[in-house]
Order: sequence, then structure tokens, then C-alpha cells
Amino acid sequence: MWTWFYKLASPPYVYGVAAALVPWALGGAALALGYGLIAGLAIAPPDYQQGEAFRMIYVHVPSAILSLTVYTVMATASAVALIWRIKVGHAVAAAAAPIGASFTILALVTGSLWGRPMWGTYWAWDPRLTSELILLFLYAGVMSLRSAFEDPSRGDRAAALLATVGVVNVPIVHFSVVWWNSLHQGATIVKLGAPSMPGSMLWPLLSMWLGFMLFFAAVLCIRLQGEVLNRERQATWVREAVKP
Amino acid sequence: MSVGAVAAFNLLVRRELCLSFRRPDQLLQPLLFFLIVTTLFPLGLSPELSLLRDMAPGVLWVAALLSSLLSLDGLFKSDADDGTLEQLALCGQGLTLIVVAKTFAHWLVSGAALVLVSPLVGTALGIPVGAFPTMMLSLGLGTLTLSWLGAIGAGLTVGLKRGNVLLSLIVLPLAMPLLIFGASATDRAISGTNAAGALYFLAALCVFTCTLAPFAATTALRITLE
Amino acid sequence: MMSSGFWAMGGYARYVWPCFGFSCVVLAWNLWSARRFRVAARLRARRAVEMAAVDES
Repeated sequence: MWTWFYKLASPPYVYGVAAALVPWALGGAALALGYGLIAGLAIAPPDYQQGEAFRMIYVHVPSAILSLTVYTVMATASAVALIWRIKVGHAVAAAAAPIGASFTILALVTGSLWGRPMWGTYWAWDPRLTSELILLFLYAGVMSLRSAFEDPSRGDRAAALLATVGVVNVPIVHFSVVWWNSLHQGATIVKLGAPSMPGSMLWPLLSMWLGFMLFFAAVLCIRLQGEVLNRERQATWVREAVKP
Repeated sequence: MSVGAVAAFNLLVRRELCLSFRRPDQLLQPLLFFLIVTTLFPLGLSPELSLLRDMAPGVLWVAALLSSLLSLDGLFKSDADDGTLEQLALCGQGLTLIVVAKTFAHWLVSGAALVLVSPLVGTALGIPVGAFPTMMLSLGLGTLTLSWLGAIGAGLTVGLKRGNVLLSLIVLPLAMPLLIFGASATDRAISGTNAAGALYFLAALCVFTCTLAPFAATTALRITLE
Repeated sequence: MMSSGFWAMGGYARYVWPCFGFSCVVLAWNLWSARRFRVAARLRARRAVEMAAVDES
């Protein structure tokens, strides 16, 4: 029953799976993002309060959700690598980090552009924005720590520990709008009960979310191939894999 | 002759304190830094006490954070450099006990010292005497939490050249919630409102960190020592 | 195609379009950067394999 789990610990298997997944994930992402953008920009009706500006939700919310999801993926892979000493976990974490950092920057910038017309300011020291900024610093710390060590395996393990410790920030970001009186809007999708958004606006958003997820999967697989190769350069299976 | 865990702990703490007091200048430097940094704000912004009082919680906490970071670099460094750390790790008491002892001793000479000096700084920033107990309690809880977060960072960066900048980059994001609640507690005490909520949260953060950080710091050291 | 009203985005055009534009930039960067990383890793691995072959012969 657990054979699939053991197979995932094998670098050549993971390399092969990643290579096979890329075109499917990219194709699916293109479809989902395509529909989401067209429906979100042109078909969904303007919002009662925010007018056309609400359309920024279609990039801001998926990038923010992804910034947290990717960190969780990175922290989980790191914990698996530390606890069970599965080296592939380090490769996944190293591959995920720059993608997650870029999504965090995207979330902060799109949020800032949305905040200016809605709240009157490009930035506010509000709990959600602040904790998202902290998330960016955590990503930067993990990436810097990994590259600071001459021994890559030691760097992997140190970065893995930091990623695992920093995961406490993820629930803080998510629940900050509940725990504190926040300027930022509360949860509309990821909450108990029915989403508080009409269907014509919701479907493009869900599609964009799916598109971003599939895109992350595709880019992760591309990076993962590179990370696995960098760590397994001396292994025999690599000879076949990199034949020109 | 085998030594019990409590006796070993006491021995280690006493060793750390002994070593620290042998170099009194190293003890005083972070405290002096704390005093100097808090002086910078009235000079740079405004000497008006009423204005300073509004900024005082933030200034106090940022200065405490920065001066704690200065002394954290040395938590494991000197022992790691001359091989004592490996000897301690092998001595059979368990690396976690050693980490707890070292971090506690470090807090005694840095964080606790900061708390004792804080009334001076508080007066300089115009904090009313009535707010001092809350200020000192929040600083005490905060610096203890910070010592533990710093122990994780120090464990991760102990072998690196110029690891102290990276240490700050690692510790500061983790310390931000601390800063928010610590400053909030002091702020409420100054304005006279009930600071209990913020203090409870600080205490919760402290307990959470003090229970989990020792294991993280030990793992960090094991990664570095291997 | 929609009338100029679409591009005006109800007056919010200078926020909405840079928003989507930056999103495209980030997604494109991710793809480009990942591909470049993989190419470099393949090159280094190929070189390592060749060196090993030389050592063996």
C-alpha cells in the first residue's frame, strides 16, 4: 500500500514523474488561466461597491493563497527530509522556495495596487499585510541559509529546519483577519459554510486558483528536475537521463 | 561518578556565567548598545518627552531586539570554535540539556540585564513610573522568547563566516509577533488601559517557544556539528 | 472586442492593468527561470558524466 510513498523517495523515479507531469500541468494551467482571465475580465459583472477595480481579485487572491500553499509544501517536504532522511524532500523544498517567494511578492504588489483605490493607501501596517511581508522574509531567510553553506547537504538540512520552524507564520497569515480587527477583508472562499460570492464572480476566481496551482506544479517539476540532477550528479542513472 | 540532570544543568549554567563574567566588557557592550540606541531616537526625532512617550514602547522594543541579536552570535560560537561543544555533546547528558543551560545563562546576562536597566531607559523616554512593572514584565517575557528564537538561529549559523548578519535575517522575522505584542502591552500600560490581554499573549508565545525551541535548537546544532 | 470602456476599467485602468501586467511578468519569470535552471543543471550533470567516463578509461 505504501509502495507509492517509497517510490517517491527515489530520485530517478521523481525525476521521471516530474518530466512527464510538466506538459500536462502547463496545458491545464493555460486552460484554467485562460478561462479565468477571459471570464474574470470581460464576463463577470462589475462589483456593486468596488466597480471594475474588484477584478484585481483574480490575480491577488490566487497568488496570496499560493504563497501560503507553496510555503506549506516547502515546510512539509523539509520536515519529511529531516525526519525520514529522504533527500528528495530537500530537492522539492529548494525548488519550491523561489516560486513561493515570487508569489508572495506578487500578492503584496497586487494587493498594494488594489489597496490604493479601495483603502486610499498603497500600504497599511495591518496584521494580514504584515504577516504576509514576514512570510516573504522567511522565504528569503530559507534561501539565504541554504546558499550560505559550502557543504550543500548541510545547507539543505539547515534550510529545512528553518522552513519547518517558520511554518507557524502560515496560520497566522490565514487567521489574522479573524483574530485581529483588520483593514483587510475577511475570508470569502476558504472558510466553513457557503462562499459569500455570486457564481458569475466565483467561477473565474476558482478557475484562476486552479490555474495558479497547476502552474506552480509545472514550474516546480521543471525546477525539481534541476535540483535532483544537482544533488545526484554522481549517480549512475544520471548518465542515461542527460544523454544529449 | 554520574551527575544527575539538575546538577548538570546547574554546573553548566554556573560555567557559562563564570565565563561571561571573566569578560565583563563583553557583558556590558550589549547593554551599552541598548542605552545608546535609545538615545539616538530623542536626538534624531524630538526631545519632547510627551512625543517620546508615544514612541517609547516601539523604541524600547526595537533597541532590546537589536542588542539581544548582538550578543546571540556568541551563544555557541566560542565553544564551537575550540571543540568544547563537541565534547559537551558527547558527555552523555544529552545535547538538549546543554542547549537549555546555555540559552538560560545567556538570557540571564543579556535579557534579564536589559530588564533591570529598562527603568533608566524608560525614564529617558518619558514612560511614567506606573507603567514600569508592565514594561519590565513584558521585556522579561519577550527577551526570554527572543533568546530561544536566537538559539535556533545561532545553532543554524554557528559554523558560518559572517553568520551574524544571516542570524539577524533569520531571527527578526520570527521575532516580529513578539515585537507587536510587547510594544502593545507597554503602550497600554502607558495610556493606563488594561495590558493583561497583551501580557497573556506574550506569556503564551513565551511558553510555546520555550517548550518547542530547545528541540529545534538541538537539531540545528546537530546539523552543524556533524 | 469590447468598446474603450473595457480598457478604461471604470476609471481604475491605471491600477488594474499594471496589476495583471505584473502578474504576467511574474508567471513568465517563473517559467523562464526554471527552464534556465534545468538547462544549467543538465549541462553540469553531462560534464560530470563525461569526466567520470574519462576517469574510467
